[in-house]
Amino acid sequence: MAVSNETPGEAPRKGFLGWLNKRLPVDEFVKTQLTGYYAPKNFNIWYFFGSLALLVLVMQLVTGIFLTMFYKPGELTAFDSVEFIMREVDHGWLIRYLHSTGASAFFIVVYLHMFRALLYGSYKAPRELLWLLGMAVYLALMAEAFMGYVLPWGNMSFWGAQVIVNLFGTIPAIGPPLVEWIRGDYGIADATLNRFFSLHVVAVPLGLLLLVLLHLVALRQTGSNNPDGIEIKKNLGKDGHPVDGIPFHPYYTVKDVVGVGVFFVLFAIVVFFVPTFGGLFLEGPNFDQANPMSTPEHIAPVWYFTPYYAILRAVPDQRMGALLMGIAVVSFFFLPWLDKSPVKSMRYRGPISRIMLAVFVVSFIALGYLGLQPAEGLYVMLARIFAVGYFAYFWLMPFYSRVSVDPVKQVPERVVFNAH
Amino acid sequence: MADNVAVADESADLSRRKFLTNATIATAAVGAAFVAVPFVESWTPSERARALGAPTELDVSKIDPGQMTIVTWRRQPIYVVRRTPEMVQHLQGHDGDLKDPESKSSDQPEYAKNVLRARKAEYLVLIGTCTHLGCLPKQRFEAASAEMGPSWPGGFFCPCHGSRFDLSGRVFNGSPASLNLRVPPYEYPNDQTLRVGADETMKGTA
Repeated sequence: MAVSNETPGEAPRKGFLGWLNKRLPVDEFVKTQLTGYYAPKNFNIWYFFGSLALLVLVMQLVTGIFLTMFYKPGELTAFDSVEFIMREVDHGWLIRYLHSTGASAFFIVVYLHMFRALLYGSYKAPRELLWLLGMAVYLALMAEAFMGYVLPWGNMSFWGAQVIVNLFGTIPAIGPPLVEWIRGDYGIADATLNRFFSLHVVAVPLGLLLLVLLHLVALRQTGSNNPDGIEIKKNLGKDGHPVDGIPFHPYYTVKDVVGVGVFFVLFAIVVFFVPTFGGLFLEGPNFDQANPMSTPEHIAPVWYFTPYYAILRAVPDQRMGALLMGIAVVSFFFLPWLDKSPVKSMRYRGPISRIMLAVFVVSFIALGYLGLQPAEGLYVMLARIFAVGYFAYFWLMPFYSRVSVDPVKQVPERVVFNAH
Repeated sequence: MADNVAVADESADLSRRKFLTNATIATAAVGAAFVAVPFVESWTPSERARALGAPTELDVSKIDPGQMTIVTWRRQPIYVVRRTPEMVQHLQGHDGDLKDPESKSSDQPEYAKNVLRARKAEYLVLIGTCTHLGCLPKQRFEAASAEMGPSWPGGFFCPCHGSRFDLSGRVFNGSPASLNLRVPPYEYPNDQTLRVGADETMKGTA
């Protein structure tokens, strides 16, 4: 039997596109992934950030490729080559600020994207694997950002690397040799910088692309969740498509383009007017070259890691601190199984679930602030309190999300949607 | 067509096929593990890094009493403090405030596993990176200083996360660091020369 990719009733394409489609399923791809992929019609502002994350990923790849043309890894050349990019390469400053601002923008959109999942229960069955793949993307992103921050070889690059790599030294028995193996020397050195460069520009980006692809494939399999947390596939129309769904293209591609426009305006304001963002996106001590004999007055990671850093410092024992920090990151992975509520969206949950989500958001932001402050007195006490709030959200969830504790409202049959 | 497949399956000895498949996978896994070894080992310190990790020498008689000098060994700052008799005296009396006063779980050569944590009371030799997360503790040698409080016996303070150590590098309670500052292997080839990175236990192993 002859295999045909054309839909019955449609005239087969002629000319070049006909030739192409016989050899590459272009039309089929567009049909199944874009024009024939039905997404819930009630998406709101929280649904901008997935496509924005993809946009930032592409921007980071492009600007990164160009930076690699001028950057020279190595403890004697790295710092100077970054200054060379900033001062002597035509528009080098722009390409570098696009990349450094892009790193922070990446975390902003990813954190908002993750919050959306918490708000509408997008991690719950049948989307557990979609959530896990997303979290794997987040971990890869953290590794990518950490190693990228080491490359300029400023003093904060050096001491940040020192602190983070030494975290592995707290692992019982294998810790110290593991740290030496990661560094490739008896301290953070040329060898460390070069391997981080290789991982940052080749290995981790490849892994990121693969994980993002899997994340999107898993999304196509289950379909998007929505603000009501209703499975639109359960209510199909006569044409076989969900009655509450609309084709991704053109409806959501157009919507996403609007989000891209707004994003670019905000992004450009940062790049052109406040590229260091008051020391949050690029820290002051990093404008001095790495100096193993001089610790910056106070070491703080870039803002997107500070919630975890605050937890690390809140514990008086180093091994426990590192362990709790690890658990803080890994807790996200368990969410699909910690949540016992029969309802996905916060719209139909009781007050306790909503309050706990608020506690989590406040704790996360407060820890982020405290991680930037010196580890002393009141700051440490506050970090301990907010760390409790952070962990309570996750690990008390099996209790407070039960219907017996937190009664749920009736979920409607159809999504709530008012046509504009 | 479906029937043909079924017949073929019945006539084939699937247990033998399964065994051969598993044996092939196992062989490939062992091979992959062996191939991984050179890649994993490429990350260990290179010959050059090891050569640069050779011992460092210092003339300790040139340090003023009560002062500290820093030398580099294996890219680590080595603190050498010439302790005055008063400084040595101040090491007594605060054992109760220390996490590991006898250095039982801390990292140091056998000859430094004592209150002085040194071969000679006068010279304290430490690896100057905090045992918490590797920052450089700063000098706070003055006892009972305004900054460190009236009960402060003199020692080191880490600016990163607030760990405090006495003048033997022993960590105080309430510090995020759990262990005393590390002591590198060292020896005195003669009265005034300190050699960091070598001692009698390392002879013949390098």
